[in-house]
Amino acid sequence: MTKTMNEIKSILATDCGSTTTKAILIEKTEGEYRLKVRGEAPTTVEAPFDDVTIGARNAITEVEELAGRTLLRGDKVITPDDGAGTGVDLYLSTSSAGGGLQMAVAGVVRKMTAESAERAALGAGAIVMDVLSVDDGYKPHEKIQRIRHLRPDIILMSGGIDGGTKTHVIEIAETIIAADPKPRFGSDFQLPLIYAGNIDVHDEITRLMAGHADLEIVDNIRPVLERENLGPAREAIHELFLKHVMAHAPGYDRLMTWTDVDIMSTPAAVGRIIQTIAKQHGINVLAVDIGGATTDVFSVFGETFNRTVSANLGMSYSMCNVLLEAGLENIKRWLPVQIDDHDIVNRLRNKMIRPTTIPHTLEDLLVEHGVCREALRLAFAHHKELAVSLRGVQQQRSISEAFAQSATGETLVDMFKLDMIVGSGGVLSHSPSRHQSALMMIDAFQPLGFTTLTVDSIFMMPQLGVFSSVHPEGASQVFERDCLIYLGTCIAPQGRIKKPGTKIADFSIQTLDGSPQSGELLGGDLLRYELPIGAEATVTVSPLRAFDFGAGKGRSVTAKALGGTTGLILDGRGRPLEQATDEAQRIENNRSWLQAMGLRYE
Amino acid sequence: MGTAYTPGLSISRHHKVSKRRLLPIKGEVVVAKGDHVQPDTVVARAMLPGDMESVRVSDALGLEPSELGETLRVGEGDAVEKGQLLAQSKGFFGLFKSQCLAPIEGTVEFISLMTGHVGIRKPPTAIEIPAYIKGTVTEVLPGAGVVVETHGAFIQGIFGVGGERQGVITVVAENPQDELTESEIPADCKGQILIGGSVTTAGALQRAVERGAVGIVVGGIVDRDLAEYVGHDIGVAITGQEPVGAALIVTEGFGKIAMALRTFELLKSLDGLAASINGATQIRAGAMRPEIIVPASETNAETQTGLSSDEAHQLEIGTQIRVIRVPYFGAIGAVSALPAELVEIDSGSLVRVLEATLEDGKKVVVPRANVEIMQST
Repeated sequence: MTKTMNEIKSILATDCGSTTTKAILIEKTEGEYRLKVRGEAPTTVEAPFDDVTIGARNAITEVEELAGRTLLRGDKVITPDDGAGTGVDLYLSTSSAGGGLQMAVAGVVRKMTAESAERAALGAGAIVMDVLSVDDGYKPHEKIQRIRHLRPDIILMSGGIDGGTKTHVIEIAETIIAADPKPRFGSDFQLPLIYAGNIDVHDEITRLMAGHADLEIVDNIRPVLERENLGPAREAIHELFLKHVMAHAPGYDRLMTWTDVDIMSTPAAVGRIIQTIAKQHGINVLAVDIGGATTDVFSVFGETFNRTVSANLGMSYSMCNVLLEAGLENIKRWLPVQIDDHDIVNRLRNKMIRPTTIPHTLEDLLVEHGVCREALRLAFAHHKELAVSLRGVQQQRSISEAFAQSATGETLVDMFKLDMIVGSGGVLSHSPSRHQSALMMIDAFQPLGFTTLTVDSIFMMPQLGVFSSVHPEGASQVFERDCLIYLGTCIAPQGRIKKPGTKIADFSIQTLDGSPQSGELLGGDLLRYELPIGAEATVTVSPLRAFDFGAGKGRSVTAKALGGTTGLILDGRGRPLEQATDEAQRIENNRSWLQAMGLRYE
Repeated sequence: MGTAYTPGLSISRHHKVSKRRLLPIKGEVVVAKGDHVQPDTVVARAMLPGDMESVRVSDALGLEPSELGETLRVGEGDAVEKGQLLAQSKGFFGLFKSQCLAPIEGTVEFISLMTGHVGIRKPPTAIEIPAYIKGTVTEVLPGAGVVVETHGAFIQGIFGVGGERQGVITVVAENPQDELTESEIPADCKGQILIGGSVTTAGALQRAVERGAVGIVVGGIVDRDLAEYVGHDIGVAITGQEPVGAALIVTEGFGKIAMALRTFELLKSLDGLAASINGATQIRAGAMRPEIIVPASETNAETQTGLSSDEAHQLEIGTQIRVIRVPYFGAIGAVSALPAELVEIDSGSLVRVLEATLEDGKKVVVPRANVEIMQST
């Protein structure tokens, strides 16, 4: 980079995904960074091309044509921008091609050091293939068999606080040596292993791992019980990702010479932009990216960032795994029409084997949307299990905390404190109606209180994530103006609906330029009010005493609500959202909810 | 979204088939470039390290791990026999000595004075990779494997289970709509690959296995029959390792779907010939589809280079396509119009579409993403 951050006027960023390479061009005009154009091309990391730069060049060529700029010369991206339509000031890239970063992690206690290692790996953008711990319930030979056939890119081993257990840490090391897993790419080098455990066994670990793994020792991930120290392990993962995964994937050696900063793994970049936005706006954010094979969930609550990936929950390749994990009944409960069980299963299996097809009929679309709700629900449940406060920490409690029965290891995901949900992935970003996306997210996540709903317009969060690593403000501007599409605000209370059709709250809506609206929210009802993008309304809800909109049971709440393509949604269906057990009633309910949202069902 | 279409699966009488036969770990290639190989010819082999057993020596001797040093009778790297003395305690005035013996034959890989464990790795086991198809070795990948090439008929299915097999093609169905039921399974089908029509059942698959069949090829399979045959529901489409008696290849999809006439006719013309089949599916990056390969020397057809699976095909007026999603799932037709503008379909999505004239003369409009091109034979 020869220009200072203030002088950066144009940025080209690519995301090399498993199937598609997406390029975006960002330009600074009138003091603001904005998305200019976007191009895409098939990823070329596999045979017959075996060179990721071909796909990157094709995607960049599309950007060149659309933007009327020259960005490539010979085999390279031209930098810097000459101010006359040639070159860009920054070229950045992310990658998840070739299956992304795959890791195995290990620790002594499953819910403590092993869980910390898992969080470190996930936060660094990895898929965690397996978690090994002394107390995982498997016998020694079973542990060895489980990890023997894994082909991870990296192993992260933790265990013991500094000055704590030594023998259990060495036992885990012995198990890894015994299993002798091989690296995924190439058999000419040793498997990278990061040790981030008890400092007292560094020498023994070094001795044991000699000849077995390419060892890197970093600071303990859990130096004391009360503190998690994920940074050093995550940095080591990032470096090894570049050194081993990227360097062994076809064409990446050249792509790495093109970029102005290190290539980031796609999920790590998405996590970065989510954290940037949460920090800049001082909000708690939940973001989800539902793909064909996997579903990633990111959250920022307060200062704590968490990411989980549900490797086998997705909308095409993994669709039948959603069926297996959720069960057919759970998918059917979202359908407003009756379809034969075998017909549904055959449809899902056919989508699995022909993943690029799209729903032609409305009925087919509704089945896919049912699967989407369940995939999101399961991925979110998984996320809540891992996004927890540190376990095993002794807490000093006040009397009120003791009565509140808060314990260590509780989920950090507090739906009342959640400010914004960001939905991403084909089924959410490209559903025929934005109202469908809004309803799918409400049904799956069941937000409480006031929650802003958004979707990522064209999935450019990875590129913005790597951009935010060099220019957080610029990335944030593009994110707000060009990436996010505001759907609106969901307003929902906690409390079960015992008698559908009876009042649960009074409400009033006051917009800046409109007359006030008021009414009653009935149990089981869903109400939608138009409130355009950019508009704001002041909403007051006064619940009956069994319901809580965030201020406590029966207490009124007045808060600002942001508009969007869908507007305001008052959700009186209760939390947890319980479906009727009678199928005909359930179908009728689904129809009325779709109707309330202005959606067709036949 | 919706602008793509699915390139068709190969259904070709004359095809250059190239197979990479790779070892899972580094090993030795035992054939040379230019060698002619049979499906069962071993082309590469490697020694897979044996399992390791961790022996809790200090526990066995009743000592602290740190006290192990002087008691050990073996060192790291030593080969040990089953029953060989690993360590012996000093005892009390030379009496009451405790011993720890090797529970297995192998090599001492580590000794830890922190845990008191001794790790013994069992001797390695050999793994061999066969050529899988009859053909010629065209490339040797040192230490990794080979590329074997042949020319002949090549048919890809959409989904399969059961992995690699060799057998003789036996066409059982009379037409592509026929169901392959238990009563249709020949009394003796040892070593045969049975070709059915639209669908088969778990009972028929089981009977075929009992009577020695190595493979079954049909148009469709109903979900519950597949689960019954494999023994579990398949969640993610990565298959090929199922411990089933015969490989199953489905050419069209799930449900009762007549096998495409073109596929059926080609298989019919291969009746009685030796084939290599692979009931394996991997539907992600690096997609793998199940396949049936009959080398040209078996078909007696003139050897010629056919369509390579890498050759891209364009949708044009007249292109033969098959619809691969409801409401016209399985229908075959020819492209009759390719409108450029986006069209709103029944689901409400705006997508690129094509108009096709189906075999019965009916004209339909379908998303381009929902058709596959049928490659010519």
